[in-house]
Amino acid sequence: MSNYSIVSLIRNAFSHHEHWGRAWRDPAPKPAYDVVIIGGGGHGLATAYYLAKEHGITNVAVLEKGWLGGGNTGRNTTILRSNYLWDESAALYEKSLQLYEGLSQDLNYNTMVSQRGVLNLAHNLHDVRESVRRVNALRLNGIDSEWLTREQVKEFCPAINIAPDVRYPIMGGTLQRRGGTARHDAVAWGFARAASARGVDIIQNCEVTGLRRVGGKVVGVETSRGYIQAGKVGVVAAGHSSVVAGMADLRLPLESHPLQALVSEPIKPVLDCVVMSNAVHVYVSQSDKGELVIGAGIDSYNSYAQRGSFHVIEHQIGPLLELFPIFSRLRLLRHWAGIVDTCPDASPIISKTPVENLFINCGWGTGGFKATPGSGWVFAHTIARNEPHVLNAPFSLDRFTSGYLIDEHGAAAVAH
Amino acid sequence: MLLIHCPWCGPRDEIEFAYGGEAHRVRPADPSALSDAEWADFLFLRANPKGVHRERWVHAHGCRRWFNVERHTVTHEILRVYPPGAAAEPDAAVAEAQPPQASQQGVRS
Repeated sequence: MSNYSIVSLIRNAFSHHEHWGRAWRDPAPKPAYDVVIIGGGGHGLATAYYLAKEHGITNVAVLEKGWLGGGNTGRNTTILRSNYLWDESAALYEKSLQLYEGLSQDLNYNTMVSQRGVLNLAHNLHDVRESVRRVNALRLNGIDSEWLTREQVKEFCPAINIAPDVRYPIMGGTLQRRGGTARHDAVAWGFARAASARGVDIIQNCEVTGLRRVGGKVVGVETSRGYIQAGKVGVVAAGHSSVVAGMADLRLPLESHPLQALVSEPIKPVLDCVVMSNAVHVYVSQSDKGELVIGAGIDSYNSYAQRGSFHVIEHQIGPLLELFPIFSRLRLLRHWAGIVDTCPDASPIISKTPVENLFINCGWGTGGFKATPGSGWVFAHTIARNEPHVLNAPFSLDRFTSGYLIDEHGAAAVAH
Repeated sequence: MLLIHCPWCGPRDEIEFAYGGEAHRVRPADPSALSDAEWADFLFLRANPKGVHRERWVHAHGCRRWFNVERHTVTHEILRVYPPGAAAEPDAAVAEAQPPQASQQGVRS
């Protein structure tokens, strides 16, 4: 694999950019691997990359039933931030944000990380108090965060409407300047390329159909491309985690829901930060192509269909137009849904399981993209050492039995 | 957008309803006798099937009554609607074979 640099760019210009090598190898599956990762999204690829880089385990396969990053990695709204209230979440997401900050250099792949600032709006007195509390909690955890008054919000984001005569007037907001966006496909492709260069086999169009067990221990995976023996198996299957875990008779505290997102037609730069509002429930940023990227909450019902109901879109466009009346004549270009695995406490599960040699990384719900490198980093540690890293120890599967939940849903008061 | 047949009000738009999650979960008869693992199972573990799912809905902006729905989580097709307290059977395979309209009318009559 050639190194990407200004030199390689110039060299390839002479051949009209027609002879760039493929970014990652396309091997046939080997009969056996030390570690098999089920799921070739960002988290699975990051896990494989850090297994190779941090733990020297390179006899690894990533199995993907479709194409890389074609699930939630390619369907999210690309927001990065680490402004979580509880210490456990703050540490995990902050680790991830720090990895993002050096990711393009680390992977030798431009992941287009843009720390343009994430603004979380407050619309009533309770929001204000809760937001200020969160700013203080974040600062105590060493995470950058500041409170902006109504006027400072307008100064930071001039397109926003701070008029007092709307149903939910803006009374201020919290700002994490190190938050922002990244290019989601590039994150998947960058991890794939860097993992492949270190010897990881990335196998697409390879659906796992069963987990073979001998004496309560996983020994391999049945796939659409034959049986593959595995020393350890890591399940990183997002919305399909319950289905894959079910192959080992493992029940999970997850429910799969559609999460819809949409983009407008591309327009000139109008919004140079990420704006989120939990009270009216919408979040928006502008991509480098110029499209407004818009998201909100899940559809209420369980689904694996990657589509949702229209009224959910209506309920995010309404608040969007109250925040930004100037967007009212924009046309929408595309909308889609991803299947998110929601956990009762809105925190992920990165854990060993009661089945020996089977590890699971799931429950990211509506907020997994921002955690991609950190998730892979701690999950690789968990698989390699057979015990969780201190950062993901609280996110174990047995917290639902012990009662030590990490209840971000109610506490953080943020859209994921 | 789902078109849901309320057993009492007939076919109505999804926005009139609220979702209640997996159906037929029975509260433990003797809660104090349960172990932590049994509580975890009751409170948190869910079937979450890719396929036929039995779930509760409430007609929040209508008759405000709860009922059960059997729905496919990939096609979103509603296979059967039946009143609360009714047995989960006929099982999924049987319900799938029946025309959904007929089974819904059966419930309403």
